[in-house]
Amino acid sequence: MAQATTDRPSLSSQLPDKTLTKWLYDMQLIREFETRTAQAYQQAKIGGFCHIYTGQEACAVGTIACLDAKDPVITAYRDHGHALARGMDPKACMAEMFGKLPGCAKGKGGSMHMFDKPNHLYGGHGIVGAQTPLGAGLAFADRYRWEVLGKGSKQVSLCYLGDGALNQGAFHEAQNLAGLLNLPVIYIVENNGYSMGTSIERGTTMADQLTLKAKGYGIKGIEIDGMSIMDVYDAFKPLVDECRDLQRPGFVDLKTYRYQGHSMSDPQKYRTKEEVEDAKERDSIANLASHLMQERGCLSEDDWKAMQKEIRDIVKESVDFAEAAEAPSVEEELYSDVFIHPLPNLSPSGAYTHGSKNPLL
Amino acid sequence: MAKMNLVQAINSTLAYEMERDPRVVILGEDVGVNGGVFRVTDGLAAKFGNERVQNTPLDESGIMGIAIGLALGGMIAVPEIQFEGFLGPAYDQLVNHAGRMRTRSRGRFTVPMTVRVPVGGGIHAPELHSDSPEAIYSHHPGLKVVMPCTPYDAKGLLLSALRDPDPVVFFEPKRVYRSFLEDVPEEEYLIPIGEAKVVSEGEDITVVTWGAPVFQALEAMDQLPDDVSVELIDLRTCYPIDIDTIAASVEKTGRCVIVHEAPKTAGLGAEISALVQERCFLHLEAPVQRVTGFDTIMPYYKLELEYLPEAPRIKKSIEECLAY
Repeated sequence: MAQATTDRPSLSSQLPDKTLTKWLYDMQLIREFETRTAQAYQQAKIGGFCHIYTGQEACAVGTIACLDAKDPVITAYRDHGHALARGMDPKACMAEMFGKLPGCAKGKGGSMHMFDKPNHLYGGHGIVGAQTPLGAGLAFADRYRWEVLGKGSKQVSLCYLGDGALNQGAFHEAQNLAGLLNLPVIYIVENNGYSMGTSIERGTTMADQLTLKAKGYGIKGIEIDGMSIMDVYDAFKPLVDECRDLQRPGFVDLKTYRYQGHSMSDPQKYRTKEEVEDAKERDSIANLASHLMQERGCLSEDDWKAMQKEIRDIVKESVDFAEAAEAPSVEEELYSDVFIHPLPNLSPSGAYTHGSKNPLL
Repeated sequence: MAKMNLVQAINSTLAYEMERDPRVVILGEDVGVNGGVFRVTDGLAAKFGNERVQNTPLDESGIMGIAIGLALGGMIAVPEIQFEGFLGPAYDQLVNHAGRMRTRSRGRFTVPMTVRVPVGGGIHAPELHSDSPEAIYSHHPGLKVVMPCTPYDAKGLLLSALRDPDPVVFFEPKRVYRSFLEDVPEEEYLIPIGEAKVVSEGEDITVVTWGAPVFQALEAMDQLPDDVSVELIDLRTCYPIDIDTIAASVEKTGRCVIVHEAPKTAGLGAEISALVQERCFLHLEAPVQRVTGFDTIMPYYKLELEYLPEAPRIKKSIEECLAY
């Protein structure tokens, strides 16, 4: 775990109250959003599959808090939290899951495919581990833009993966390339202990020393307690700064826990209720709320209740919005967005054009 | 105007576009100082630097994935896969990411990438180094698939591919790489993706093919009696298929033979045959014929020419179709 090695105050302790209060707000937004998402799924208003982020909120919020606005972010399919933490309008996120047109992918992608161009979120992808070479490529593009084209500034790409993705071949090729070519990408393993129903000990070697896997590719790796957002920030911010400055890759074993099953249809026979309850004892949101109320004294019980109420209203509004929004039309949306121009009149060249404008993005 | 073979035409076109557009980045196994396994990128690293002609390890999934990320990030990625058989490890990235990114993000992100892949048999190589998987990649929505077989067409199609905002699989028939020279204009020209070429006009029968078999078809036509008039179509683009050009020809001739190196079952010949019967049913004088590889694995070189659709088999099929 990350530990202060000197007597200097931690980075997070030097941040203003309003920054930490915003973290609390963002984490609670994800928590409430996922609660309503699970309800809507059970009411069959959300189709397909649905992977809930509850329990892992400090991971997305804490790591994204260390980024610049233009740093690319790419993740796998448990992606609602990253979308919200990156700044996506909850309405666009909820409408996407409801399969409605104002969704971030026009209601045609669903839960696993959150994209947000203005916020530099490059998806939401469904094949375990397959997004990891893309993360290296995004870093390649940014470094190329900076070093060869002489434009922009030094960026760092964040590529999230679950602990199950540690065992996919693509991830090892991606790490090797990132190490070899010095690509500024940080692989964040959101290690919730289970790849679907397989515990990490049963799925990967050296489960208690994952950073050694990165070391094998010449990549600096650190372990962080992902249940404490202060720990996440304190340990992750220096790594981001270092990878940005030196244009090098990084690796994080971000230890966390998901309170829900892998997906909404998971019977969870692989773990006990006691184990889940134990994890909830270390809940990141309760932790931060209590820190702000008791140690910092910048948040009252009433403030916290008011914040929760405000968030409940915002999320409820997003559900109402998603329910009322129109579905994609057959004529406009069934055939579009495969190529820049619909077949058969393909244009071999020409400027990139966006899809039809989404009112929320 | 300079005389060039296919390799030289592709090399000079890559250089032209790299000069014009600093976003173009080549990456692949030994593409740098060695110039690639077929020397197609020879000299480009010396001219443009190692950052723009990026050597990679032997890791096709990684090459394809990193190229997709590079393209997503705003560059023009030009990965080289050494042989068509090596697309296998990269299949997940190519099909599940490159071909779907525009759809998955509903137009917000795209992958401007040209995947260069030597393809086909006829160079005495074993399987995985002689295959013709164009139908596999044509089947997946979101990928365009081209296969020029002349230096002139290669330049025009490669420029179109490099400037396409969507991913293009650019198959290069390795049997033709150094087989002949052709005049290639120095100035820029684009050949639209999705346009077939009528190589020779005829009245009696339509032969549709692409890649190296274009030259076997020409050889077969030379061996036919002078009074047999064959219309030969080089498809040039495997997807999207230019059915308009094919249908116009078959409506004129009433007969159609399709030739490809790939195995017969579920090859592109099956698709074209279905399109022809949909479009030209009342014009057909004979069943559509296919001259293809067999539903076996491409054999090593002693049997290679038995497997490939060589001129005698094409000639026989034309004669049978005419006699029906």
